[in-house]
Amino acid sequence: MNATVVLEHVTKAHGQMVAVNDVSLSMKSGEFFSILGPSGSGKTTILRMIAGLDVPDSGTIMIQQRVVNADPPHVRPVNMVFQHYALFPHMNVFDNIAFGLRMRPEAGRNIRQAVERMVALVRLDGKSQRFPGQLSGGEQQRVALARALVNRPVVVLLDEPLAALDQQLRQEMQGELKRLQQEVNATFICVTHQQDEALTLSDRIAVMHAGTLLQVGTPQEVYDQPASSTVARFIGLSNSLSGTMTRLENNVCWIEHEAFPTLMARYPSGAAAHGPVTVMVRPERLHISLDVPDKGYDNTLPAVVHHIMFHGNEMAYQFRLRNEAVWTARVPIGETRRAQLAIGQAVYLQWAVHEGLALVP
Amino acid sequence: MRRLPGPIILSGGLVMVFLYFPILVLMGLSLNASTMGVAWKGFSLQWYAKLLGNPAMIEAAVNSLIIAFTSTSLSLLLGIGTAIRLEQQQSRHTSWMMAIIVLPLVIPEILLGVALLMLFVLCQIPLGFGSMIIGHMVFNLPLTVVILRARLRKMDPAWEEAARDLGATPWKVLTCITLPMLRPAIWGAALLSFTVSLDDFVVTFFVAGPGATTLPLKVFSMIKTGITPEVNALSAILVVVSMCCVGLSWIVHQRANAQSSTPSSS
Repeated sequence: MNATVVLEHVTKAHGQMVAVNDVSLSMKSGEFFSILGPSGSGKTTILRMIAGLDVPDSGTIMIQQRVVNADPPHVRPVNMVFQHYALFPHMNVFDNIAFGLRMRPEAGRNIRQAVERMVALVRLDGKSQRFPGQLSGGEQQRVALARALVNRPVVVLLDEPLAALDQQLRQEMQGELKRLQQEVNATFICVTHQQDEALTLSDRIAVMHAGTLLQVGTPQEVYDQPASSTVARFIGLSNSLSGTMTRLENNVCWIEHEAFPTLMARYPSGAAAHGPVTVMVRPERLHISLDVPDKGYDNTLPAVVHHIMFHGNEMAYQFRLRNEAVWTARVPIGETRRAQLAIGQAVYLQWAVHEGLALVP
Repeated sequence: MRRLPGPIILSGGLVMVFLYFPILVLMGLSLNASTMGVAWKGFSLQWYAKLLGNPAMIEAAVNSLIIAFTSTSLSLLLGIGTAIRLEQQQSRHTSWMMAIIVLPLVIPEILLGVALLMLFVLCQIPLGFGSMIIGHMVFNLPLTVVILRARLRKMDPAWEEAARDLGATPWKVLTCITLPMLRPAIWGAALLSFTVSLDDFVVTFFVAGPGATTLPLKVFSMIKTGITPEVNALSAILVVVSMCCVGLSWIVHQRANAQSSTPSSS
C-alpha cells in the first residue's frame, strides 16, 4: 500500500472541547484529498497535527511509513499553505519563497534557480521584488503556494486555500491548484467548508462533523451514496422527509408517513432495517406535474408553490408540503416554458425510486 | 477636516500653555544675555558656550550617556528574552508574572531609591556606575517588557508557525522572523528607556556614588547656589534631547503599526 499519510485513532482536545475524536484516515501518494466539514468540525486541527503544529493526545500519525508524532514541524517533509497565507511582511516575494530552501544546509547555491522556476510556475514573473503588502489577494495566494512547493514536500497541506478570495478568482485558482498538483506530483491535503470546491478538486473526500469522521470516498461516492443524512445535507441534498421504514427489498425500502402516501427510495447503507429513516431528494431531480400526477414516477407528494426564484440558467421553486416542510426544485430554464407556475398553485412533486435516498438520521 | 467647536480649542490651548509655558520660559531665559534675574538683556549663546567650556559639565554629560546607554542595552537584552518567553508560555501565571514585572513602574520612585540604596549598602556593593546602571534597569526593564509584549501580542502566530513549517529551527525562527518583526518595537523601547534613564533624578540621587555625577544631578547641585542662566541652558539641552528621543520612538512606533496593518497580516 502506498499511503503517504496515515492517521490511526487520532484524538485531540483543546481544553474541554474534543476537536478531533478517534479519526483514522489514510492518504495515498499523489492524490488530492479534501477534508470537508463546517467550521469547528476539527478539520484544521487534523491539518495542523500532520504539519506538527499540534500534537495528538492519542493515536499515531505516520508520514511515509514513519511515526512522526514526536517530530517537530521543521523536520517533517510536509509544507502548509496557511489560511491567510502568513507571508513574511518584512521579506519580498523572492525571500519569502526562498525561505524554506535557506533553512536547509544542503540546498546550497541552487536557491536562485529553484526560486525563479517556482515564480514562473505560479505565474508571478516580474513580481519577485515586491513585498506581500503590495500584492493582490490572488498573488499572495500564489506566493504562499510557491513558498510551500519550492521545498518539494511529500505532502502539501492547504488550509481553506480559496476562502479569502472573491468568487471569480476562486474559480480561476481552483483550476490553478489542480494544475500545480499534477505538475509537482505531491499529495495535496486540502481543508475546506465549500462542498463544490471539494467535489471539483478532489480525488477523495473525507466528510467531518463535530470532530468525527462521517464518510470517506470519491466525490461520486459521497455525492451519490452519502453515509448519513448529515453528510447528505452537507453536500447539497436539501429536501428531506422523516418517516418509518416498513419494508426492505434489494436495497429499496418503503417508507410510511402519516400525512403522505407510501414512498420508495434507495437504501444504500444496508444497515439495520425498520425504524425511523429520512428520505432525501436532490432539488434538480424533482419532477413537477401540474393537474394530475404523471405516470412513470414511483413517488408523488402533493405540494403548494411557495416561492419562485430566477437564477439565470435555471428556476428555483420552493414548495410547502402538507407537514409544513419546505422543499426546493431546480428546473433548467428551457424546461420551464411549458410549466408556468404561480405562487399558491397546487402541484405534485414526483421522482423515481433511484433518485431518492433513505438514510438513517 | 471638521472644525472643532470654540470651547474645545480654548481648553486645549489652555492645557498646552499649562504644560509647556514653564519650559518655554526656561528655554527663552537660557538665551538671555543677562547674568542675573529674569529681565531680558538681549539674545546670547554665551551660557551654552560656558557650559561646553566647563569640563565638569562635559564629564557629567558623558556619565549620563554611559549610564543611559548601558542600562538601556542590558534592559533590552533581558527584556526581549522575558517578553518572548512570556508570550510563548501562556498560562494562568502569565498575568501575575506580568503584574510583578510592571510593578516598579508604579512604585513611588523615592521608595525604589531608598530600597536600592539599602540593598547596595547591605550587599556592600560600592556606589558608582554599577549601582546607577542597576538602579536605572529597575525601571527600564519593565518599560521594555511592556512595549515589546504589546507588539508580540499583535503578531499573528501564523508567521512563526509558517517558519517552523518551512524548516526553521527554533533559533532560526527567533533570528529570521520574531526579532526582525519586533525591530520597530525594540527601537521604540530603546529610545524610551534611554530618555527615561537620561532624565532620571530620584533613583539616581540615592544610588549615585562619589565621582559619578549625571546631568540631572548636576542641575540640582547648581540650583543650590541659585538659578543661574547656565542651569537654564543645561535644562534646555536636556529637554530638547529628550523630546527628540521620544519623538523618534513615536515615529518608529507609527511605522510599525503601518507595517502590521498590511493585508497579509489580516
